[in-house]
Amino acid sequence: MKILLLAEHDNQTLSPHTARALTAARQIGGEVHLLVAGQGCGHVAEAAARLSGVAKVLHADAPALAHQLAELLSELIVSVADGYDTLLAPATSTGKNVMPRVAALLDLMQVSDIIAVDGPNSFRRPIYAGNAIEHVETSGKQVITVRTTAFVPADTEGAAPIEQISVPDLASPAEWIEDITVTTERPELTSAKRVVSGGRSLGSKEKFDAVILPLADALGAAVGASRDAVDEGFAPNDWQVGQTGKTVAPELYIACGISGAIQHVAGIKDAKVIVAINSDPEAPIFKLADYALVGDLFELVPELTRAVSK
Amino acid sequence: MKILVPVKRAIDYKVTIRVKPDGSGVDTDNVKMSMNPFDEIAVEQAVRLKEAGQASEVVVVSIGSPKAEDTIRTAMAIGADRGMLLTHDTAVEPLAVAKLLVKLVEEEQPGLVILGKQAIDNDANQTGQMLSALLGWGQATSAAELVVDGDSATVTSEIDGGLQKLRLTLPAIVTTELGLNQPRNATLPNVIKAKKKPLDVREASSLGVDLDPRLKVTKVTEPPARKSGIQVNSVEELVAKLRDEAQVL
Ligand SMILES: Cc1cc2nc3c(=O)[nH]c(=O)nc-3n(C[C@H](O)[C@H](O)[C@H](O)COP(=O)(O)OP(=O)(O)OC[C@H]3O[C@@H](n4cnc5c(N)ncnc54)[C@H](O)[C@@H]3O)c2cc1C
Ligand SMILES: Nc1ncnc2c1ncn2[C@@H]1O[C@H](COP(=O)(O)O)[C@@H](O)[C@H]1O
Repeated sequence: MKILLLAEHDNQTLSPHTARALTAARQIGGEVHLLVAGQGCGHVAEAAARLSGVAKVLHADAPALAHQLAELLSELIVSVADGYDTLLAPATSTGKNVMPRVAALLDLMQVSDIIAVDGPNSFRRPIYAGNAIEHVETSGKQVITVRTTAFVPADTEGAAPIEQISVPDLASPAEWIEDITVTTERPELTSAKRVVSGGRSLGSKEKFDAVILPLADALGAAVGASRDAVDEGFAPNDWQVGQTGKTVAPELYIACGISGAIQHVAGIKDAKVIVAINSDPEAPIFKLADYALVGDLFELVPELTRAVSK
Repeated sequence: MKILVPVKRAIDYKVTIRVKPDGSGVDTDNVKMSMNPFDEIAVEQAVRLKEAGQASEVVVVSIGSPKAEDTIRTAMAIGADRGMLLTHDTAVEPLAVAKLLVKLVEEEQPGLVILGKQAIDNDANQTGQMLSALLGWGQATSAAELVVDGDSATVTSEIDGGLQKLRLTLPAIVTTELGLNQPRNATLPNVIKAKKKPLDVREASSLGVDLDPRLKVTKVTEPPARKSGIQVNSVEELVAKLRDEAQVL
């Protein structure tokens, strides 16, 4: 088995998603190559080479790859796909955009969002917002995306060779205009050890910021939100936790004023400890919570912030 | 410009699903079915573009059981003009859906195909990207904003870390995110009107696409259950529990 894993990065740093997806690749078993594609991403290739269990890093560097547009990246992957039995990527927005294209161009079905490897061609993946687990088998060559919260990161004791690969002539029918991203000092949501989330009941962005952020900062936590809080403009879209947002697996998840809709809960089931603060004792989130605190979040959350800051 | 919108019939998003005890799948008997919520947003967006004079016709297509006619009628009640139903007895995988859509695109020559980003039953998130790759058209996924301007479309997509703005030369593929719009409630007169709109029904197998599943589902199981929790009566008690019992503080 030869495996190609697409590295997740922003041309500057290798994302921790890669080390986790690498663990899935190693469980599939075989020789794992990492593809680092971008522009001016030599440092990333070097970091990728240090991941344990990587046999070789393929480094593709070209101006056309600067924004890793799906149309171009999929062409690049297909151009090297002949040598591999398994092509996989973390299920990040890049992975989700690129890999189905690779699958279609190779006339394969993709296995999306695997959470367990049961054999070289046998996987588990959540369906219906994680309310059921589908066990699937492929028959030979396979394209996979990996839900990275389900795998521990590989360590960094490797020293793989880096090979420059040629980039085919690429032209995309999509033109990149801009990325509007927010940089934050807080930990990254999907890999954070602690997450504090707020829902629609916060009522405004000002109150979300005044109530949720201090608790997050006191705990060194990442901030999450329900979709409704995102839609109301209280929180940016990339804080959304759930079926169609991000999956988190922290040691501690604190849901403040979140009802616990199926779609939200889908993203937090792998948290070790879930705390819910909600004024409605019947809120569905309490079915899932390890510790339920019934009451007004506008009193309880600041009180909790003070208690943990001591 | 014509807009093609693929709509999938799926278990309603509010239903708590049940896994069949024999592991053969999820119980769909007597369960409420609806249009995949992302597809409703796609229909709404297409209808808005038509209302704004930027599209001439909105055509919806569903692939699946004959009952998907209901889904198509729902889309027509929102404002779609015409429907196509490709029937098939068993589930059709995203790759085969994408290939069927290629055939329909060849027939209909739309300027834009708007799909949902993800079907909430299989949670695959593949079909739009596959269709884009097979057609060689540009793609923008998880659209939070879509502006059509002559022969191009500017799309703001939700990505990890924020938003990404892309310009696509038409024809192109766009998949929808929840924030793109708030679908309207169909009025009764529009529901009645929808019943009379043209619907073309064919067997999916008549389009010359291999519909056999590529993936073998060996079983469907329940996710591991979480152990039930406890109620705490004060912040003080919560902090003590988190510190001493759960040891996460
Ligand atoms: C296709 C689809 C996909 C979706 N994907 C996602 C997803 O990925 N993630 C997601 O989160 N949602 C998702 N949703 C939306 C989801 O269905 C719910 O609508 C959403 O999660 C509800 O957000 P909420 O809990 O903030 O708001 P509500 O459901 O309105 O809940 C507010 C809660 O706050 C409590 N409350 C009110 N005031 C106070 C107070 N003063 N103190 C304490 N508690 C208070 C209330 O008791 C209530 O339980 C999706 C929906 C669809 C249709
Ligand atoms: N059987 C189907 N019939 C019509 N449209 C579909 C079907 N399956 C998928 N789609 C479209 O493809 C999108 C993504 O689905 P998926 O890739 O299965 O998550 C959906 O939101 C629909 O727009």
